[in-house]
Amino acid sequence: MIAQALMDGMIAGAMIGLGAIGITLTYSILRFANFAHGELITWGAYLALAISGGLGYLSSTLTAPIGPFSFGWSLPLAGVLAVLLTGALALLADALLFGRLRARRGTVIIMVMASFGAALTLRSLLEFIFTSKPAYYTKALQIAQPLGGGIRATPDQMLTLGLSAVLVLAIHLLLTRTAIGRAMRAVSENQQLAGIVGIDVRAIIRVVWLLGAGLACVAGIMAGLLVQIRPHMGHDLLLPLFAAAILGGIGSVPGAMLAGLIVGLSEAIAVQVIGAEWRAAVAFVILVAVLLVHPQGLFGRRA
Amino acid sequence: MSGELVGYGAFFLTMALTYAIMCLGLNVQWGQTGLFNVGVAGFVAIGAYVSAILTTPDSSGHFGGFDLPIVIGWLGGALAAALVSFLIGALTIRLRADYLAIATFGVAVVVQLCALNLQSITGGPFGIGFIPRPFAGLAGEPLAFSLLNLGVLALVVLAVYLTLERLVRSPWGRVLRAIREDEAAALALGKNAVRFRLQAFAIGGGIMGLAGAVHAHFIGFVAPDNYVPILTFQVWAMLIVGGSGNNRGAILGAVLVWGLWTASAAAISVLFPPEQQARAAALQIVMIGLALCAVLLLRPRGLLGEVRVVSRHVGNLPAIGARDFPNKEIASHAREP
Repeated sequence: MIAQALMDGMIAGAMIGLGAIGITLTYSILRFANFAHGELITWGAYLALAISGGLGYLSSTLTAPIGPFSFGWSLPLAGVLAVLLTGALALLADALLFGRLRARRGTVIIMVMASFGAALTLRSLLEFIFTSKPAYYTKALQIAQPLGGGIRATPDQMLTLGLSAVLVLAIHLLLTRTAIGRAMRAVSENQQLAGIVGIDVRAIIRVVWLLGAGLACVAGIMAGLLVQIRPHMGHDLLLPLFAAAILGGIGSVPGAMLAGLIVGLSEAIAVQVIGAEWRAAVAFVILVAVLLVHPQGLFGRRA
Repeated sequence: MSGELVGYGAFFLTMALTYAIMCLGLNVQWGQTGLFNVGVAGFVAIGAYVSAILTTPDSSGHFGGFDLPIVIGWLGGALAAALVSFLIGALTIRLRADYLAIATFGVAVVVQLCALNLQSITGGPFGIGFIPRPFAGLAGEPLAFSLLNLGVLALVVLAVYLTLERLVRSPWGRVLRAIREDEAAALALGKNAVRFRLQAFAIGGGIMGLAGAVHAHFIGFVAPDNYVPILTFQVWAMLIVGGSGNNRGAILGAVLVWGLWTASAAAISVLFPPEQQARAAALQIVMIGLALCAVLLLRPRGLLGEVRVVSRHVGNLPAIGARDFPNKEIASHAREP
């Protein structure tokens, strides 16, 4: 029973971790807590839903399940397109709102407030278009396979875990081993100085938005595949995301992923021990504990 | 007919004035001090629930029912919300500016959870009903009843407004602005920035709690659905539209935005067929969200901007313009230790 809870917690934690990486990147490089990040997750999920629905309409072979999974080729194809479109949405929000506030040298907190307004607008727009009824990518049911040790998981869940691990590794390598990653870290360290040594700060900011939104989209598709798609799914994830980003230490990608797993596992254990109705409070307890004991987080530099 | 119209007008204004109290509380936190609270709904709910538990008649359904006078309930609600604000502030104000925002967001989520799940205290999803209303004896005469309620609300708003105006113009208020504008300079003058911020945050939270209590006694029940994130959003829109930093702006914004909100709700109920109305209600939020972003971009000072000079010993200078406060950037950086 506990082993199964740990497995479920790992899967939820992987999704939280992917979202938290986006939060931690925007936080350390754009320097504000983006309350609209949850909406990027939701938009990613709905974009993929709309596109895969369209593809399935064009050709029914695309919806035939691939191997052991519950979905056909329409979903991965739609996923790629949705990642790009979610990135475009983030760039659009930056061009219309955040970029202008940045150019005016507004305060950090004005950006936070703008992201709060953007979040509600984006969420309600989805609610208007798709209504608040839950939606699903496929209607296929999956049987959980025994993995040994009394743990069961569906092939979809295993795929989600594997894909998260690959993505985290890729982002980590991108940040530590490539020129663009070095430039991103430089901008996060000191924006003016990075500009002086010839780094194109605006290009870096665009890359950060694209990365953050792309990961959010992937997390949204995973959540939609494993649970369901609702206009509030991203908003409900926001507190766990912030808790994970702060627990991991702002700016740290491995930290965000590890902290995401910790938050997911704690939620799963709390559901077993206390009850499912208190799940949403777990992230808050973790957040308060981190801020009390060690505000810079696990891998953060001085806060 | 005209009696009905007056009655409806009184009802509308009473609701708007409860929002005005929330807005005044937020103005102490954001307008005067620059503290960002994303959990307004949570603090309002604390005030409402505490007051409901204190004043409802004894009941077997839930904890409490102390049957205390309404005024005690209001004070209790305000104190409870102030206490929670103080604790959250003490935890986060010394850290980064936006950690406070994240923590208040968490407060709203947790308060909502407690309201839903602590059945024995809060009555769960159905909440607490039969909250005593002021002048309940007059309920037979709707017009007198609603006008008297409006009068009570107007008195509360006036009292909060006068107290806050007094505070803003006091040395305490000037220190708050000094810290917001240039923390380093204020620190150099020996002002304890953390303590002043904490006081402002607790006072603002207390006023929100009072607003929640007053609101609960006006509508007669509390339920978790009354305190969803959209409430936070509405109060923010009210303050930003009216003009943050200006107490009169806070009241004006509350009446205007609440008017816009009820007018658009009425328009939706006329224009859309019943099965589409829940869907169309989402458009209301989109509209208010766009308005908030537009005001932030185009007219950051709101309709009534902040008054630049608050001392009556200096002649009035023009209000602060749309160029923002150049020192705020430095101040907020200095805040990140």
